[in-house]
Amino acid sequence: MRLINRSPARPLAVALAAAPFVAVAIAYAIGSEIRLAANPADKLLPAPATILDTAIRLFTEPDRRSGEILLWRDTAASLLRLLGGVGIAALTSLILGMLIGLLPYARRGLSGFVAVLSMVPPLALLPILFIVFGLGETAKIVLIVIGITPFMTRDLSQRVLDIPHEQIVKAQTLGASTWVIAARVALPQILPRLIANVRLSLGSAWLFLIAAEAVASDVGLGYRIFLVRRYLAMDVILTYVIWITLLAFLIDWALRLLTRKAFPWMEAGL
Amino acid sequence: MSFVSVRDVFQSYGNRPILERVNLDVAEGEFISIVGASGCGKSTFLRMLLAEEQPTRGAITIDGGAPAVEPGLERGVVFQKYSVFPHLTVRQNIVAGEGFQTASGRLRGAKRREALDRADAMLDRIGLNHVADQYPASLSGGMQQRLAIGQALTAKPRILLLDEPFGALDPGTRLSMHQFLTELRAETKMTVFMVTHDLEEGFKLGDRVLVFDKPRWDPHDPGAFGATITYDFDARDRGIPFQRILDLYPSLARAS
Ligand SMILES: Nc1ncnc2c1ncn2[C@@H]1O[C@H](COP(=O)(O)OP(=O)(O)OP(=O)(O)O)[C@@H](O)[C@H]1O
Ligand SMILES: [Mg+2]
Repeated sequence: MRLINRSPARPLAVALAAAPFVAVAIAYAIGSEIRLAANPADKLLPAPATILDTAIRLFTEPDRRSGEILLWRDTAASLLRLLGGVGIAALTSLILGMLIGLLPYARRGLSGFVAVLSMVPPLALLPILFIVFGLGETAKIVLIVIGITPFMTRDLSQRVLDIPHEQIVKAQTLGASTWVIAARVALPQILPRLIANVRLSLGSAWLFLIAAEAVASDVGLGYRIFLVRRYLAMDVILTYVIWITLLAFLIDWALRLLTRKAFPWMEAGL
Repeated sequence: MSFVSVRDVFQSYGNRPILERVNLDVAEGEFISIVGASGCGKSTFLRMLLAEEQPTRGAITIDGGAPAVEPGLERGVVFQKYSVFPHLTVRQNIVAGEGFQTASGRLRGAKRREALDRADAMLDRIGLNHVADQYPASLSGGMQQRLAIGQALTAKPRILLLDEPFGALDPGTRLSMHQFLTELRAETKMTVFMVTHDLEEGFKLGDRVLVFDKPRWDPHDPGAFGATITYDFDARDRGIPFQRILDLYPSLARAS
């Protein structure tokens, strides 16, 4: 049998999925062991037990000066910025995508502009944003919005254009106005794609968020990582990295669940 | 005065003529089958009847009205595929035939309940009651086309346009669809245009069978001329004309 036609059975499939994680964990443990054996004060690869201790401390012990648990404060601040930026980007791209996809006038006027805009490297704009919006929340949220909106807009407008023309014509023969076609034919079919887009863009959104926080902030997950970097506090950095990864995974998982629950018609044919 | 009148209609894309000098008069309630070689412009003709596109010359009018500039309630359509909305259930698809006409696209309150009752009656008629709450993707091809026809009829169009509506169905399903369409026609007396590649189907269902073909042919440049209606068969009474001439002209009977 050809390799492309062979797939693992259930227990083996689970084992295969777990294998890379286990391999990385083991490799890290060995590396850490070797370095700590040579120099017990080594900070580069803290022992897994040390990381666990640090993690428990970070999640539970309040800061001595402010009396707050910094990790939760950082998490709340970062998530607020992330969701704010992604939310604004999603809404903007939905509106622009529908306009471009449905209305020839908007298509002529906007699609070239959006295409060019999506070529601008957002991080290069970061200094401008800080100059224009100051060092507060606005600049960080705007960076996320600028970073992911053009791509999402391009994809969504293409998806609207991909709706079979027969459906648009059919709706017209049922007496639908432009507005009704947008709201009742295009929008419901584009929403699942919007969520898929948000899922795809979250990676970039995290990137822009952490970059902005690293440059200028006084709270936030990215800010904390770059702060403790000065003390080579690898245990703290690694805890934060794992935490961010977990958050990203949970958000992605929630969005996937939402798609499945909210759009039952998508799975009707499967 | 004919119901649908097509006057000297030309259509070309770029400088490539597709249809030329098409003339046609159709009486209300007639069933017109359209046949012809692939790519000769049958769908193009249907799109112009639908007002999805405008002829480069000539005009198409319904009941003496002004030529339409875009598709609307007057003309219903069923394509070979993609004629129903995948994100609406079967029942919602039927209700859309009424709801899409409103400003918001939705019916509310008493109007909605009445529309739902009518939708259930329609579902009964097209035999889709048992799948009313399913999504179109889970239906068979024949059921989807029945739904598409039911949906189009709900909007009460004056003419119904069918572009190879049964082209993707197996022969058995096709036969039951013929039955279904014949019954619907007997009830609604609607004017129907149907494009088909199946001559037998065309003659069986149609009152007239139109053949689209190129009247002129340049062997050095096959695209030089467009197609037009080259034959207009009377397909009533199994394609044997003058069967009912005595009903039409009783004086002839007296004479003999
Ligand atoms: N929008 C368009 N722009 C340019 N050419 C077109 C367009 N639509 C159709 N054509 C061309 O016009 C010709 C007629 O197309 P049409 O779809 O009407 O043929 P048809 O008779 O319906 O064929 P079929 O039986 O395969 O469905 C084809 O050669 C096609 O390539
Ligand atoms: Mg065709």
